[in-house]
Amino acid sequence: MVEIAFFAGAAGAIGGALAVVLLKNPFYSVLALVVHLVFLAGIFLLLRAQFLAAAQIVVYAGAVMVIYVFVAAYVGGIEEPAFDGHPRLRIFGPIVAAALFIEISIAVAGSALVGIGTEGPQDIPDDFGTPAAVGRMLLDDFLIAFEAASILLLLAAVAAIVLAGRRGSQTQEGT
Amino acid sequence: MSIEWYLVLAALLFAIGAGGILVRRNPVVILLCLELMLSAGALAILSFSRMLGDGDGQVFVLIVLVVAACEVVVGLGLVVAMFRRRIPLDVDETTELRG
Repeated sequence: MVEIAFFAGAAGAIGGALAVVLLKNPFYSVLALVVHLVFLAGIFLLLRAQFLAAAQIVVYAGAVMVIYVFVAAYVGGIEEPAFDGHPRLRIFGPIVAAALFIEISIAVAGSALVGIGTEGPQDIPDDFGTPAAVGRMLLDDFLIAFEAASILLLLAAVAAIVLAGRRGSQTQEGT
Repeated sequence: MSIEWYLVLAALLFAIGAGGILVRRNPVVILLCLELMLSAGALAILSFSRMLGDGDGQVFVLIVLVVAACEVVVGLGLVVAMFRRRIPLDVDETTELRG
Protein backbone atom coordinates (compact mmCIF):
# COMPACT_ATOMS: atom_id res chain seq x y z
CA MET A 1 0.00 0.00 0.00
CA VAL A 2 2.76 2.40 0.95
CA GLU A 3 4.66 1.38 -2.20
CA ILE A 4 1.71 2.21 -4.44
CA ALA A 5 1.27 5.60 -2.76
CA PHE A 6 4.99 6.33 -3.00
CA PHE A 7 5.34 5.45 -6.67
CA ALA A 8 2.15 7.30 -7.59
CA GLY A 9 3.40 10.37 -5.73
CA ALA A 10 6.88 10.04 -7.20
CA ALA A 11 5.54 9.71 -10.75
CA GLY A 12 3.39 12.80 -10.29
CA ALA A 13 6.21 14.80 -8.71
CA ILE A 14 8.71 13.86 -11.43
CA GLY A 15 6.17 14.50 -14.18
CA GLY A 16 5.35 17.90 -12.73
CA ALA A 17 9.05 18.77 -12.41
CA LEU A 18 9.77 17.75 -16.02
CA ALA A 19 6.77 19.75 -17.21
CA VAL A 20 8.09 22.84 -15.39
CA VAL A 21 11.36 22.59 -17.31
CA LEU A 22 10.01 21.51 -20.70
CA LEU A 23 6.86 23.60 -21.20
CA LYS A 24 7.55 26.71 -23.28
CA ASN A 25 4.91 28.99 -21.76
CA PRO A 26 5.88 30.23 -18.24
CA PHE A 27 2.20 30.25 -17.24
CA TYR A 28 1.92 26.51 -17.85
CA SER A 29 5.21 25.97 -16.01
CA VAL A 30 3.69 27.61 -12.92
CA LEU A 31 0.66 25.33 -13.11
CA ALA A 32 2.94 22.31 -13.54
CA LEU A 33 4.80 23.33 -10.38
CA VAL A 34 1.49 23.38 -8.49
CA VAL A 35 0.89 19.77 -9.62
CA HIS A 36 4.43 18.86 -8.54
CA LEU A 37 3.97 20.42 -5.09
CA VAL A 38 0.64 18.68 -4.47
CA PHE A 39 2.16 15.27 -5.28
CA LEU A 40 5.20 16.10 -3.16
CA ALA A 41 2.90 16.90 -0.23
CA GLY A 42 1.53 13.37 -0.58
CA ILE A 43 5.06 12.00 -0.23
CA PHE A 44 5.56 14.21 2.84
CA LEU A 45 2.54 12.44 4.35
CA LEU A 46 4.24 9.07 3.84
CA LEU A 47 7.19 10.45 5.84
CA ARG A 48 4.76 11.36 8.64
CA ALA A 49 5.10 15.11 8.20
CA GLN A 50 1.40 15.95 8.31
CA PHE A 51 1.86 19.57 9.27
CA LEU A 52 4.43 20.23 6.55
CA ALA A 53 2.27 18.52 3.93
CA ALA A 54 -0.58 20.86 4.85
CA ALA A 55 1.76 23.88 4.97
CA GLN A 56 3.18 22.90 1.59
CA ILE A 57 -0.26 22.94 -0.01
CA VAL A 58 -1.59 26.01 1.77
CA VAL A 59 1.51 28.22 1.66
CA TYR A 60 3.38 26.96 -1.39
CA ALA A 61 0.80 25.58 -3.82
CA GLY A 62 -1.66 28.20 -2.62
CA ALA A 63 -0.14 31.54 -1.71
CA VAL A 64 3.28 31.50 -3.38
CA MET A 65 1.96 30.10 -6.65
CA VAL A 66 -0.68 32.84 -6.76
CA ILE A 67 2.16 35.40 -6.83
CA TYR A 68 3.77 33.44 -9.66
CA VAL A 69 0.50 33.32 -11.60
CA PHE A 70 0.06 37.07 -11.19
CA VAL A 71 3.61 37.85 -12.32
CA ALA A 72 3.42 35.41 -15.24
CA ALA A 73 0.16 37.04 -16.31
CA TYR A 74 1.54 40.57 -15.81
CA VAL A 75 4.74 39.91 -17.71
CA GLY A 76 2.83 37.99 -20.35
CA GLY A 77 3.67 34.93 -22.37
CA ILE A 78 7.06 36.11 -23.52
CA GLU A 79 8.53 33.97 -26.24
CA GLU A 80 11.81 32.59 -25.09
CA PRO A 81 14.40 33.57 -27.72
CA ALA A 82 15.69 30.70 -29.78
CA PHE A 83 18.95 29.16 -28.68
CA ASP A 84 21.61 31.02 -30.68
CA GLY A 85 24.75 29.19 -29.57
CA HIS A 86 26.29 26.20 -31.22
CA PRO A 87 23.70 23.39 -31.47
CA ARG A 88 26.06 20.96 -29.82
CA LEU A 89 26.11 23.14 -26.66
CA ARG A 90 22.41 22.38 -26.21
CA ILE A 91 23.02 18.92 -24.84
CA PHE A 92 25.30 20.11 -22.04
CA GLY A 93 22.48 21.15 -19.68
CA PRO A 94 20.81 17.71 -19.65
CA ILE A 95 24.21 16.01 -19.40
CA VAL A 96 25.18 18.06 -16.35
CA ALA A 97 21.77 17.34 -14.77
CA ALA A 98 22.14 13.59 -15.37
CA ALA A 99 25.69 13.64 -13.98
CA LEU A 100 24.46 15.51 -10.90
CA PHE A 101 21.70 12.92 -10.34
CA ILE A 102 24.13 10.00 -10.68
CA GLU A 103 26.65 11.66 -8.40
CA ILE A 104 24.14 12.42 -5.63
CA SER A 105 22.68 8.91 -5.92
CA ILE A 106 26.11 7.34 -5.56
CA ALA A 107 26.87 9.60 -2.61
CA VAL A 108 23.59 8.60 -0.94
CA ALA A 109 23.86 4.87 -1.67
CA GLY A 110 27.54 4.79 -0.72
CA SER A 111 27.12 6.61 2.55
CA ALA A 112 27.66 4.49 5.62
CA LEU A 113 24.40 5.58 7.26
CA VAL A 114 22.92 2.50 8.90
CA GLY A 115 19.34 3.72 8.82
CA ILE A 116 19.29 4.39 5.11
CA GLY A 117 18.09 0.94 4.06
CA THR A 118 15.38 0.82 6.71
CA GLU A 119 11.99 2.44 6.98
CA GLY A 120 13.10 4.43 10.00
CA PRO A 121 12.26 3.61 13.58
CA GLN A 122 8.71 2.30 14.12
CA ASP A 123 8.43 3.38 17.76
CA ILE A 124 8.29 7.12 17.12
CA PRO A 125 5.71 9.01 19.20
CA ASP A 126 2.18 9.33 17.85
CA ASP A 127 2.41 13.10 17.61
CA PHE A 128 5.44 12.97 15.30
CA GLY A 129 4.97 15.70 12.70
CA THR A 130 1.64 16.97 13.98
CA PRO A 131 1.08 20.74 14.21
CA ALA A 132 1.19 20.48 18.02
CA ALA A 133 4.61 18.80 18.05
CA VAL A 134 6.14 21.10 15.42
CA GLY A 135 4.68 24.17 17.12
CA ARG A 136 6.06 23.12 20.48
CA MET A 137 9.53 22.67 18.99
CA LEU A 138 9.29 25.97 17.15
CA LEU A 139 8.49 27.95 20.29
CA ASP A 140 10.78 25.90 22.50
CA ASP A 141 14.07 24.76 21.00
CA PHE A 142 14.01 26.90 17.87
CA LEU A 143 12.63 30.19 19.13
CA ILE A 144 15.53 32.23 17.74
CA ALA A 145 15.15 30.69 14.29
CA PHE A 146 11.42 31.38 14.46
CA GLU A 147 11.96 35.05 15.31
CA ALA A 148 14.69 35.39 12.69
CA ALA A 149 12.31 33.93 10.09
CA SER A 150 9.69 36.53 10.97
CA ILE A 151 12.23 39.36 10.54
CA LEU A 152 13.39 37.82 7.25
CA LEU A 153 9.81 37.76 5.94
CA LEU A 154 9.35 41.40 6.89
CA LEU A 155 12.58 42.37 5.13
CA ALA A 156 11.55 40.45 2.02
CA ALA A 157 8.18 42.21 1.96
CA VAL A 158 9.90 45.61 2.22
CA ALA A 159 12.39 44.61 -0.48
CA ALA A 160 9.60 43.60 -2.84
CA ILE A 161 7.85 46.93 -2.37
CA VAL A 162 11.11 48.81 -3.00
CA LEU A 163 11.99 46.73 -6.08
CA ALA A 164 8.64 46.52 -7.80
CA GLY A 165 6.85 49.56 -6.42
CA ARG A 166 5.97 52.55 -8.58
CA ARG A 167 8.59 55.25 -8.55
CA GLY A 168 6.47 57.97 -10.12
CA SER A 169 8.57 60.00 -12.52
CA GLN A 170 11.29 57.40 -12.84
CA THR A 171 9.06 54.85 -14.51
CA GLN A 172 7.64 57.43 -16.92
CA GLU A 173 11.11 58.31 -18.13
CA GLY A 174 11.41 54.73 -19.24
CA THR A 175 14.87 54.37 -17.76
CA MET B 1 9.57 1.86 1.70
CA SER B 2 13.17 2.27 2.70
CA ILE B 3 14.49 5.79 3.18
CA GLU B 4 16.85 5.32 0.24
CA TRP B 5 13.98 5.60 -2.24
CA TYR B 6 12.98 8.98 -0.88
CA LEU B 7 16.57 10.22 -1.07
CA VAL B 8 16.97 9.05 -4.68
CA LEU B 9 13.69 10.77 -5.56
CA ALA B 10 15.01 13.96 -3.92
CA ALA B 11 18.24 13.65 -5.93
CA LEU B 12 16.28 13.22 -9.16
CA LEU B 13 14.07 16.23 -8.48
CA PHE B 14 17.13 18.31 -7.57
CA ALA B 15 18.86 17.30 -10.81
CA ILE B 16 15.78 18.18 -12.86
CA GLY B 17 15.70 21.60 -11.21
CA ALA B 18 19.41 22.16 -11.79
CA GLY B 19 19.07 21.11 -15.44
CA GLY B 20 16.17 23.51 -15.85
CA ILE B 21 18.24 26.40 -14.53
CA LEU B 22 20.96 25.55 -17.05
CA VAL B 23 18.61 25.16 -20.01
CA ARG B 24 15.97 27.87 -19.54
CA ARG B 25 16.58 31.60 -19.88
CA ASN B 26 13.31 33.16 -18.76
CA PRO B 27 13.89 34.46 -15.18
CA VAL B 28 10.40 33.39 -14.06
CA VAL B 29 11.06 29.80 -15.11
CA ILE B 30 14.50 29.91 -13.51
CA LEU B 31 12.85 30.90 -10.22
CA LEU B 32 10.42 27.98 -10.66
CA CYS B 33 13.37 25.62 -11.11
CA LEU B 34 14.92 27.05 -7.94
CA GLU B 35 11.68 26.12 -6.19
CA LEU B 36 12.08 22.59 -7.51
CA MET B 37 15.57 22.37 -6.05
CA LEU B 38 14.46 23.79 -2.69
CA SER B 39 11.56 21.36 -2.42
CA ALA B 40 13.90 18.48 -3.30
CA GLY B 41 16.15 19.59 -0.44
CA ALA B 42 13.12 19.74 1.85
CA LEU B 43 12.23 16.17 0.87
CA ALA B 44 15.76 15.01 1.70
CA ILE B 45 15.69 16.70 5.11
CA LEU B 46 12.30 15.14 5.87
CA SER B 47 13.61 11.69 4.87
CA PHE B 48 16.56 12.03 7.23
CA SER B 49 14.23 13.31 9.94
CA ARG B 50 12.08 10.18 9.52
CA MET B 51 15.18 7.98 9.42
CA LEU B 52 16.36 9.31 12.77
CA GLY B 53 12.86 9.49 14.27
CA ASP B 54 13.70 13.06 15.27
CA GLY B 55 11.30 15.90 14.61
CA ASP B 56 13.92 18.65 14.45
CA GLY B 57 14.24 18.24 10.69
CA GLN B 58 10.63 19.29 10.26
CA VAL B 59 11.38 22.66 11.82
CA PHE B 60 14.30 22.98 9.39
CA VAL B 61 11.94 22.38 6.48
CA LEU B 62 9.54 24.99 7.82
CA ILE B 63 12.40 27.52 7.85
CA VAL B 64 13.34 26.44 4.30
CA LEU B 65 9.73 27.20 3.33
CA VAL B 66 10.11 30.71 4.79
CA VAL B 67 13.39 31.28 2.96
CA ALA B 68 11.81 30.06 -0.28
CA ALA B 69 8.94 32.49 0.16
CA CYS B 70 11.42 35.36 0.69
CA GLU B 71 13.40 34.32 -2.37
CA VAL B 72 10.24 34.26 -4.48
CA VAL B 73 9.18 37.70 -3.32
CA VAL B 74 12.56 39.31 -4.05
CA GLY B 75 13.05 37.40 -7.32
CA LEU B 76 9.64 38.25 -8.69
CA GLY B 77 10.13 41.85 -7.56
CA LEU B 78 13.27 41.91 -9.72
CA VAL B 79 11.36 40.41 -12.67
CA VAL B 80 8.64 43.06 -12.38
CA ALA B 81 11.29 45.81 -12.11
CA MET B 82 13.04 44.45 -15.23
CA PHE B 83 9.74 44.37 -17.10
CA ARG B 84 8.90 47.96 -16.09
CA ARG B 85 12.26 49.23 -17.31
CA ARG B 86 11.87 47.45 -20.66
CA ILE B 87 14.85 45.23 -19.94
CA PRO B 88 14.39 42.03 -21.96
CA LEU B 89 13.40 39.11 -19.74
CA ASP B 90 16.32 36.94 -20.79
CA VAL B 91 19.09 36.20 -18.33
CA ASP B 92 21.64 36.16 -21.16
CA GLU B 93 20.84 39.78 -22.01
CA THR B 94 21.35 41.24 -18.54
CA THR B 95 25.12 41.48 -18.50
CA GLU B 96 25.75 44.87 -16.87
CA LEU B 97 27.35 43.32 -13.80
CA ARG B 98 29.66 41.14 -15.86
CA GLY B 99 33.25 42.11 -15.22
